[in-house]
Amino acid sequence: MKNRRTRTLQSERRMKAAMSIVLTIVCIIYCLPVVSVAVNSFKKNTYVKTDTFSLPNEESSAGFDNFIKGMTFGEYPFWKSVVFSVVITVLSTALIVLFTSMAAWYIARVDSKICRIIYYLCVFSMVVPFQMVMYTLSKTADTLKLNTPWTIPVVYLGFGAGLAIFMFVGFVKSIPLEIEEAASIDGCGPVRTFFSVVFPMLKPTMISVGILEIMWVWNDYLLPSLVLDLNKYKTIPIHIQYLKGSYGTVDLGATMALIFLSIIPVIIFYLSCQKYIIKGVAAGAVKG
Amino acid sequence: MRGTGRRAMMRRWSWLFLGPVVAAFIIGFIWPFIQGIWLSFCKFNIISDAKFDGIGNYLKAFKDQSFMHAFWYTALFAVTSLVLINVLAFTVAYLLTQGIRGSNIFRTVFFMPNLIGGIVLGYIWSMIFDGILSHWGTSILLETRYGFWGLIILMLWQQVGYMMIIYIAGLQAVPEDMLESAKIDGASRMQTLFKVTIPNVMPSITICVFLSLTNGFKLFDQNLALNGGGQPFIQNADGSVVKTTEMLALNIYSTFYGTNSASRGTAQAKAVIFFILVAGLGLAQLAFTRKKEVQQ
Repeated sequence: MKNRRTRTLQSERRMKAAMSIVLTIVCIIYCLPVVSVAVNSFKKNTYVKTDTFSLPNEESSAGFDNFIKGMTFGEYPFWKSVVFSVVITVLSTALIVLFTSMAAWYIARVDSKICRIIYYLCVFSMVVPFQMVMYTLSKTADTLKLNTPWTIPVVYLGFGAGLAIFMFVGFVKSIPLEIEEAASIDGCGPVRTFFSVVFPMLKPTMISVGILEIMWVWNDYLLPSLVLDLNKYKTIPIHIQYLKGSYGTVDLGATMALIFLSIIPVIIFYLSCQKYIIKGVAAGAVKG
Repeated sequence: MRGTGRRAMMRRWSWLFLGPVVAAFIIGFIWPFIQGIWLSFCKFNIISDAKFDGIGNYLKAFKDQSFMHAFWYTALFAVTSLVLINVLAFTVAYLLTQGIRGSNIFRTVFFMPNLIGGIVLGYIWSMIFDGILSHWGTSILLETRYGFWGLIILMLWQQVGYMMIIYIAGLQAVPEDMLESAKIDGASRMQTLFKVTIPNVMPSITICVFLSLTNGFKLFDQNLALNGGGQPFIQNADGSVVKTTEMLALNIYSTFYGTNSASRGTAQAKAVIFFILVAGLGLAQLAFTRKKEVQQ
C-alpha cells in the first residue's frame, strides 16, 4: 500500500516537472511577439518584412536611427502624443474615480426613485456598444467644445460611468451604516462624512476601478479619434494608426520603434502593479 | 427617525454628489443614445438636416450585402474564438492551480498581452504574419482565411490570459474537502475534473463564455489594425463591394465615415441593430447568471 502510494507520488512529481517544462516553452513562445517588435525596431525598413525573424546583422541593422526618425515621423512629434495620452488617461481616471464614487455613495444611501433610475440607466449603459452612440456623441462633444485633451475626460466620465457606478454601489452596500451614523451624530455633514469617513474605506474598489479605467482610456482608439481635434491632438494609438494608415510609404522599422516605445511603459506599469491589476480585472469581469 | 434626518441632510447636497456624473452621463450617453435612435429613422448628411424617413434605413441595412456578410463573419468568428479561448484558458488555469513550479511567472506572462491596446496588437501581429507569409509571396491582406485565422490567433494571444485569471479565481474557490473526498473515494483525475471541479466552476464558465462572445461581437480595433487594408473583397454584380474580413463594428464605422455621407442614416440603423444584438447577449448573460445563483 505504502509502496504504491510513493510510486504514484513519484509519477505525479515527474508529471509536474514535465508540465513545468512544457509551460516554460509556451511562455517563451508567448513572449516572442513582443521580442520580435524589439528586434525589428533596430532593423532597416526593407528588412522588417523580408527578415522578420532574424536578429539584425551588419547589413540590416539600423542602430538607433529608427528611434530618432520615429520621433518626428508622420509630421507629428511622437512625444506630443505621449503627453496627450498621459494627460487624458490621468485626468479621466481621476475624474471617474472621484465623481462616480460620490454618486455611488449617494445612490446607495439615499435610495430614492431618482437614484434607482440613475442606477439602472448606468447598468443599461454597460451593455450599449460604442458604435451605437459614436456618431451622435462625437457631434455633441464637438458642439460643446469637448474636443481637447483637457475636456475629453468629461466624455469619458459620461460614457464610462456605468461600470464604475455599478462597482462602487455594490461595495458601498457592503459597508455597515453604523460608522456613518456615528459620524453624523458627531456632527459631520454629508460632505465631511463622505470625504473623511467613506472615501478612505472605498480604497480597494477605487484601485480596481482606477486600473480598469486606465487600461481602457490608455488603449482606447475610436473615441478619441472621433472626438479630438486631430490636427492638434493625437494619442499614442491614434498616432500609430495614422502611421500605418498611409500604407505603402510607411517606414516599418520606425513604426516598430514607436510601438516598442509605447509598450515599454505598459509592461513596467504591469510588472509594478501586477497584483492590483489582476485583482481589478477579476473584480470587473465578475461584476460586469 | 435618525435615518430620515440623515437622508434629508444628504438630499440637500444632491447637486454636489450626483450633479457631475449626471451631467456628464447626459452628455456622454443619454443624449447621444436618444439622438442615435431618432436618427436611425431619418435621412441625413449632417444632423441639422435630418428628415423622418420611417424604417427606410433599416430596410437598406438588411439589404446591404456587406452588412449581412459582416454579420455571419462576425458570428463565425465569435463562436470560433469563444470555443478556443475558453478551452485553452481553462486548461492553462487548471494546470496553474496544480502546484506546478513557476506558476506565478507563467500567470504573469500569459496575462501580459491584455494590457497592450488593440491597435498596437494589430500592427504587431500584422508584422509577424506578413513576415511569415512573405516567404510565399503573399500577405494577410490577400486572403480571407489568412485574415480570419490571423485574427483568431491574435485574440487567443490577448484573451486567453484574461479568461485564465477568471478561471483561476473560480478553481481556487472549489472546496478542498470535496476534492479530498473524491480522491478518497478512488475517483480518477479525469473523473474528479468532470464530476467535481467543472460543476463547481460553472459560474466562471458562464462569465467567460459570455465575455468572449460579446468581445468577439464588439471587436473593432484589432480588426481595423490587422485587416483594415480594404482587401480582400468581392465585387457584386451591382457594383457594391463586400470586404470579406470586415466585422460588424468595422462595417458600421466604414458606413458612417466612408465616402458616401448619404449613407449615415443606414449606418445609424445598423448601429441600432448591432446594439440590440449585443444588449441581447448581455441580458441573456444576466438572466443566466441569476438563475445559477438561485440554484446555489
